[in-house]
Amino acid sequence: MKWDLILSNSFYTAISANAVAYILVASGLNVHFGYTGLLNFGQAGFAAIGAYSLSIPISRYDWPWPLAMLLVVVASVVLALLLGIPTLRLRADYLAIVTIAVAEIIRLFMNSVRFTWLTGGNDGLQGFTRFMENINPFPDDGITLWAQKVDGYRLWLLVTGWILVALVSTGIWALMRSPWGRVLKSIREDEDAARSLGKNVFAYKMQSLIIGGFVGALGGMWLVLDKQSSQPQDFSTTFTFFAYTIIILGGIARAKGPVIGTMIFLFVIQFVDITLQQATRTTPTDPTPLLPEWIVDENNFSQVRFIVAGLALAVLVIVRPQGIFGDKREQAFDVR
Amino acid sequence: MSASAVSYQPVPGSKKDDAILVVDGIRRAFGGLVAVNVDHVEVPRNKITALIGPNGAGKTTFFNLLTGFDAPDSGTSMFNGRRLDGMAAHKVARLGMVRTFQLTKALSRMSVIENMRLGAAHQKGENIFRGLFAPMWRAQEAEITARAEELLARFNLAHMRDELAGGLSGGQRKLLEMARALMVEPEMVMLDEPMAGVNPALKQSLLEHIKGLRNEGRTVLFVEHDMDMVREISDWIIVMAEGVVIAEGTSDDIGSNQAVIDAYLGAHHDSDLGGS
Repeated sequence: MKWDLILSNSFYTAISANAVAYILVASGLNVHFGYTGLLNFGQAGFAAIGAYSLSIPISRYDWPWPLAMLLVVVASVVLALLLGIPTLRLRADYLAIVTIAVAEIIRLFMNSVRFTWLTGGNDGLQGFTRFMENINPFPDDGITLWAQKVDGYRLWLLVTGWILVALVSTGIWALMRSPWGRVLKSIREDEDAARSLGKNVFAYKMQSLIIGGFVGALGGMWLVLDKQSSQPQDFSTTFTFFAYTIIILGGIARAKGPVIGTMIFLFVIQFVDITLQQATRTTPTDPTPLLPEWIVDENNFSQVRFIVAGLALAVLVIVRPQGIFGDKREQAFDVR
Repeated sequence: MSASAVSYQPVPGSKKDDAILVVDGIRRAFGGLVAVNVDHVEVPRNKITALIGPNGAGKTTFFNLLTGFDAPDSGTSMFNGRRLDGMAAHKVARLGMVRTFQLTKALSRMSVIENMRLGAAHQKGENIFRGLFAPMWRAQEAEITARAEELLARFNLAHMRDELAGGLSGGQRKLLEMARALMVEPEMVMLDEPMAGVNPALKQSLLEHIKGLRNEGRTVLFVEHDMDMVREISDWIIVMAEGVVIAEGTSDDIGSNQAVIDAYLGAHHDSDLGGS
């Protein structure tokens, strides 16, 4: 077992540009669900819109990148309006149904054969990351963090990504301590009470949906910048549920919750994965793996990481139901 | 000792010389059931008016119709000369008519002081762009906090300032809800069963608070089942049964009104109606 490799790779996964994408997607969901109580089950849809609003115009139509980024903003706002206008006046369940459906529609559209000319279909789109590569100040061979090699492009995305995370998290934190954030929390607690005190509940829910959706779209953008390819299968409902897992882990309605939640979530998954990979490996010189094959072999270990992640979450919910940074007192009054 | 003298005709739909709220032909049906069908009602300004009636009389529905939580099928309601019917609930509240709820709506996972601050109207920081920059709202926040603390002290909740509202007892939540409604600085306060589930000691202080509202020049309309309390503090009483206003008057008028006795005896034999 090469522990230095296993640990350095797991740590790197927890802070990589991929982690930045998860943090952003989960931060957006935290605005929706954590602060406002909006049951958005389609955060992956916002991420997909962010990803494809960047990749389609650049790959297909050679748009300059600032224009494509402007489209990311516009498209995520439009999606929030489309989702919100019919559902936000209704009770919470309607938003849940509509968001999960729309996220799937978006993914299936991106995957469809009919629109391959636009979206790239199952193969996805590539070649839209050149603008990031061109302004990359780091040398191509990058650096070595402990035992983990990181190439120049990934390092550049990591650094800019964390700057983005810092900006977004600070922005969310600043908003949530303001009277604006107070109204959101009051809507989460009881929207009729907020209404009876003269707050325009619909307008605040809409603003929350837009802000969280935009942050989620930034996350989707970072995901595909990191992969250098946007593919529909990255935006399945599983992505939304990972984001829920992350905010529950980190502590709901805490600005740093998604950051810490993502780091733990990705670390655990990666650590289990490569540990098992090493423990089940057979080589011609050493045909007996560390773990006996009747428990797990090299063909099926990749599922085990999610079993372990699920167990870890179950344990956390039992011993620390409020999440890492949550407020224990709040648990007592959760009557939703 | 408490009720201020009034001299209106004790008949349903009687004219008040200075009515703050005038309701005309408000009707609301749920399927075939006509829940509210009020011909004409006027609520006098700067008085405490009770809305009573047996269970299912349509009192809470009437409240919902007035405060924008439900829209009438037909009819109008005028508050200070402005049409209220069909107006969204938050706009009604901004006009100065603020309600509380039968089932208390304390915002459980927010602290008591945050509950109070939320009530304040015209907050600069409630705009998303200004909210982002604390210097734009910090001064106003300090004023709001000072006012909230004064009210908390008046309602004996000052010691709970930083507790989560979910940790308050049932009676304290009623107090908090009333105090929070006052943060809006309403002209008219609508209380839906303010005494439900409140212990006798606290009831007395709630009574004093409600009288206090009138003394500061506010108008109170409240729904209540506790007839002793209704008799003690209300200047005027409106009685509803089966969606219709069947009687109006002072507590003496109501106690001897045959229609009221019949309505109550039909539904609740053991009610103490007071009077003679």
